[in-house]
Amino acid sequence: MYAYDEIDRTLVNERVEEFRDQVKRRLSGELTEDEFKMLRLQNGVYLQLHAYMFRVAIPYGTLSSQQLRRLAHVARRYDRGYGHFTTRQNIQFNWIKLAELPDALADLAEVGIHAMQTSGNNTRNVTSDQWAGVAPGEIEDPRIWAEILRQYTTLHPEFSFLPRKFKFAITASGHDRAAVKIHDIGLRLHKNAEGETGFEVLVGGGLGRTPFIGKTIKPFVAGSDLLSYVEAIMRVYNQYGRRDNIYKARIKILVHELGIEKFAHEVEEEWQQMRDGALKLDEEVVEDIRARFFYPAYEKLPHMPEELRKAAADPQFEAWRKNSTFAHKVPGYAIVTISLKPIGGPPGDATAEQMDTLADLADKYSFGEIRVGHEQNLALPHVARRDLPALWKALDKAGLATPNVNLVSDIIACPGLDYCSLANARSIPIAQELTRRFANHDTANLIGRLHINISGCINACGHHHVGHIGILGVEKNGEEFYQITIGGRADENAQMGTLIGPAVPYAEVADVIEDIVEAYLALRDRPEELFVDTVKRLGVEPFRERVYATR
Amino acid sequence: MTSPLQQKIKITGPSVVTANRTWDGVVIYRTAGKDWSPDLSEAAIVRAADEARALLAESMADDLGAIGPYIAPVEIGEDGKIEPGNLREQIRLSGVTIGLPVQA
Repeated sequence: MYAYDEIDRTLVNERVEEFRDQVKRRLSGELTEDEFKMLRLQNGVYLQLHAYMFRVAIPYGTLSSQQLRRLAHVARRYDRGYGHFTTRQNIQFNWIKLAELPDALADLAEVGIHAMQTSGNNTRNVTSDQWAGVAPGEIEDPRIWAEILRQYTTLHPEFSFLPRKFKFAITASGHDRAAVKIHDIGLRLHKNAEGETGFEVLVGGGLGRTPFIGKTIKPFVAGSDLLSYVEAIMRVYNQYGRRDNIYKARIKILVHELGIEKFAHEVEEEWQQMRDGALKLDEEVVEDIRARFFYPAYEKLPHMPEELRKAAADPQFEAWRKNSTFAHKVPGYAIVTISLKPIGGPPGDATAEQMDTLADLADKYSFGEIRVGHEQNLALPHVARRDLPALWKALDKAGLATPNVNLVSDIIACPGLDYCSLANARSIPIAQELTRRFANHDTANLIGRLHINISGCINACGHHHVGHIGILGVEKNGEEFYQITIGGRADENAQMGTLIGPAVPYAEVADVIEDIVEAYLALRDRPEELFVDTVKRLGVEPFRERVYATR
Repeated sequence: MTSPLQQKIKITGPSVVTANRTWDGVVIYRTAGKDWSPDLSEAAIVRAADEARALLAESMADDLGAIGPYIAPVEIGEDGKIEPGNLREQIRLSGVTIGLPVQA
């Protein structure tokens, strides 16, 4: 966990009072909606179909049990008893009242949570690997750098009115769980040939109506140069990024139109003028941030304790253990992913009761810490393997032990037309139906790792472009239709999926996905070949044929 | 951004003006009495572009009461009942099409 200092606390509290005054002036008529809109957006307040939506940041996906309890409190007191975890390590409340928002923010501020810059044309929540700090083989805890970026970008005067929103993601593992290649700036910590630690900097990634995979702009930037280099990128973007057309305003369009070489040249010129200035990071500053991250006092524990040996006789426990627990950097411990994808449930939602239960379980079994992943699941990052059976029982009782992590029913989905004012089609009912179709655990295991991503519009909040199977809702003559892509991926080998054919109506989507999965099972050359690898080997044609031959 | 009032208004059937209530975001409809109601049955119905433009202009003037007024299609049954004209408006009126994680 990171411990906020007095500056953070003052900033967050002042922001609450500032927003309280802004809301008061809006409700008295002193501010018009046109004047107020930008202010509310910079505090994470959108207007959706039924109500205001309130988006709260969970920086780099790390939460304390105290913070999770407070989120539960907000869900219960100001909303309808649940929250929705998003693909960018935020939580959204869907039914908030504007008049009560300042009080909700004040309650969150007491535990160091805020909603600053969770919307608007500024730098958004800096996201990272939900296993940061505990993943085996990690170069370094990337949250140290994410926190430096958080401090640097929060209320940055030069970057508070960018051409468009701007998103950072950072990873320090070989396997990318933070989807850095689909962010405006993606950072990958690694060691160079001299054994020094630094960043590969990627730029211009993003989804939406014009999707691009991020391009490497510089293969190695030393930690001390991170802020100056990032600032050089953002200055070039701020100067040349388009402000005349919202659809062409993201940095990905600028990088694409200039070409990465020319863009990199512009950045380099800017950087050379400022690299040794005020943004040069002293090791002392980095060390100060590093020192504010607290790690548990791990015990020396056996890898295979008696409790685990005994519990292995229970097939339900074993199914969950094999699916939802992962290797930890410390022997005797495990990382536990908590699926928020119950069969028939909305992906990423957690009730206030579940949040409270998880907070209690985190205190009991995970040193009071919880993580949020971009896959819309949670994780307990420090669980002693001896405690896994007891934890499983408690999770199961709370409806939080669905053993479907990374399987076909672990679906990423945006809120879609059920909530969102931008959506053209519903996402959640499609996800629910698919989880019911693939509810059988043996079948899901037979299929293996398969990521389905669903977006209710081209803005792609469900990251459909990079789903192994991507489903995009569109509207045709007032009816919901869905385009299907296959072969996308969001990891270190990120790529966009390929459209398999004409959009299909709402009622046929689940049948089509079943057809695609059945085709895969027939086509894969061995059980270990993942869906996405079969698509890579064979292309989309056999799947297209299977889906459209009879439609 | 172009004001909705400056945009070409084209309606193909009976329509209403809808928005969200400022203080709590609740879905509301403009009434013939120049007020707002969460009840669609109380909405003022317009059938021509000029009427729609006038109703929208009047609605937009109430910046304190409502956010983002716009014209939405409705259908009127033989019994005179007003129904939403598309899925989006149906969802705004009736709520999400899924069971909520916590039942009200």
